[in-house]
Amino acid sequence: MTSTGHGGASTLAAPPGPGQLAGLPRVPLRHYGRWVSAAVVVVLVALLVQAFAQGSIEWSVVGRYLTASAILHGLANTVIITLCSMALAIVLGVLVAVMRMSANPVTRTIAFGYIWLFRGIPVLLQLLIWYNLALVFPTVGFGPFEARMIDVMTPFMAALLGLGINMSAYTAELVRAGILSVDKGQIEAAQAISLTPNQIRRRIVLPQAMRVILPPLGNEFISTLKMSSLAAVITYGEMLETVEFIYYSNNRIIELLIVAAIWYLAVVSVLSVIQHFVERRFGRGFHALPNRKARSLGRRLKGAPQQ
Amino acid sequence: MSQPPPTDGTTPVVRTVDLQKSFGPVHVLRGVSLQVRAGEVLCVMGPSGSGKSTFLRCINQLERLDGGELWLRDDLVGYRLRGGRLHELTEREIARQRRGIGMVFQRFNLFPHMTALGNVVEGPMRALGHNRAVAEAAARRLLDRVGLSDKYDAYPAQLSGGQQQRVAIARALAMEPYLMLFDEPTSALDPELVGEVLDVMKSLAADGMTMIVVTHEVGFAREVGDTLVFMDEGVVVESGPPGIVLGAPQHPRTQEFLSRVLG
Repeated sequence: MTSTGHGGASTLAAPPGPGQLAGLPRVPLRHYGRWVSAAVVVVLVALLVQAFAQGSIEWSVVGRYLTASAILHGLANTVIITLCSMALAIVLGVLVAVMRMSANPVTRTIAFGYIWLFRGIPVLLQLLIWYNLALVFPTVGFGPFEARMIDVMTPFMAALLGLGINMSAYTAELVRAGILSVDKGQIEAAQAISLTPNQIRRRIVLPQAMRVILPPLGNEFISTLKMSSLAAVITYGEMLETVEFIYYSNNRIIELLIVAAIWYLAVVSVLSVIQHFVERRFGRGFHALPNRKARSLGRRLKGAPQQ
Repeated sequence: MSQPPPTDGTTPVVRTVDLQKSFGPVHVLRGVSLQVRAGEVLCVMGPSGSGKSTFLRCINQLERLDGGELWLRDDLVGYRLRGGRLHELTEREIARQRRGIGMVFQRFNLFPHMTALGNVVEGPMRALGHNRAVAEAAARRLLDRVGLSDKYDAYPAQLSGGQQQRVAIARALAMEPYLMLFDEPTSALDPELVGEVLDVMKSLAADGMTMIVVTHEVGFAREVGDTLVFMDEGVVVESGPPGIVLGAPQHPRTQEFLSRVLG
């Protein structure tokens, strides 16, 4: 009696046993669910696109205003206020984070209070408070110089302080998390080669903390960009305010809002690319991770190796 | 500054008198007194929790002492004697006192964002103020010496444990230390990588480096050590030439520990 051979005629033929499976074809698992869910979302997206294409939107108006000089001016103001308030947020954030982690209980408590205050009040409210500060302090003095608050607290100044200080409270927590993520052994090794506390912070701790801080910091940057639209309420001439001015006069409301949306998305895209390269720079020495396994719909689709 | 009384004509490199250290309620060092002479290799053994690592870390002031004295050559460590009082030193002054001491850690603690060469030149450039060319030339010589002439530009994550530990030794040597501290340098290594690190340490000892080595490597202690100290519960239980302490331990706790280690 033969026991080898696949699906032999004999009803007594046993299935191949250990060591006899070489050369048998292997059938990969089919992911039918993936095909179904892909089809569903593609249809839904197509419907959405169709709806917008047929809706009453004058796309030519959108195209015309996309590069209008007033819009570009608003865009420039948006970018400027974002960069300036993020710069302020990072400087203050690092300072507050270091204070929050210091051994001195007084600075620690003050830093805690700072974060509690500026993280707890809505940004819109903070912008309004800064803008109306002249009601509290009519004049402001720096030593022998004195000025009327209303001249100092321009819309730009109020937006800068409102956005920057609010974001600095978040940045402080990010920086603290980043610093805490650095292994204590790193600091000891740096001490063992006689680095001073300042050198240890600058050369050893911060560069490693950056790797942890950067992804959420990129997020914050994008949040700040979008939150800068709130500065429209204190008459800072950023993009949203510019757009509003235009549609008050020509009533092309949706078209102009779409123009603004397109520009916000464009700037966010540029920021994401910059973030990618900065993250790579600070990821030095950490690349030795294995590549993520490529995924595909059905494994055979891209000729991925079968296993 | 007053000098500790010399014992045999030469000043010991390390001299501790009744060292005390507690972490909260845990009394880790309960009076450790010993000395290390120039060129001596002192091996420290003992069960975990016996205080041997803490003792080593106190010598490098990674831990502040709670009591007792620590002298490195002619200098009182951690304090300045002035007007009959001991004044605590600042972090900067402590960094200066650490200059002559190299330390190698159980978990290497290489800087992951710097290459092997970058790790080795960091101390000489920042702490000693050497310029880059001088520091890099010296660093290459040291990496050659520990057998890593092809790994100058490798990041720690690209190196094996044994290679990382050898970079760490080169990094410590770059500070031109008169004393090297090793805190269980082979305990985190795969067994087949232990030998390459021990070989580097043996060649250092042969060159006359003064070393304190906390280790479980009985063979290394026997072959390279001049003195073996057995610690338990924060005190030195027994010390002497390794051959004698290992071969004929006097104290019951040493006997018990060695019978477990030597199996």
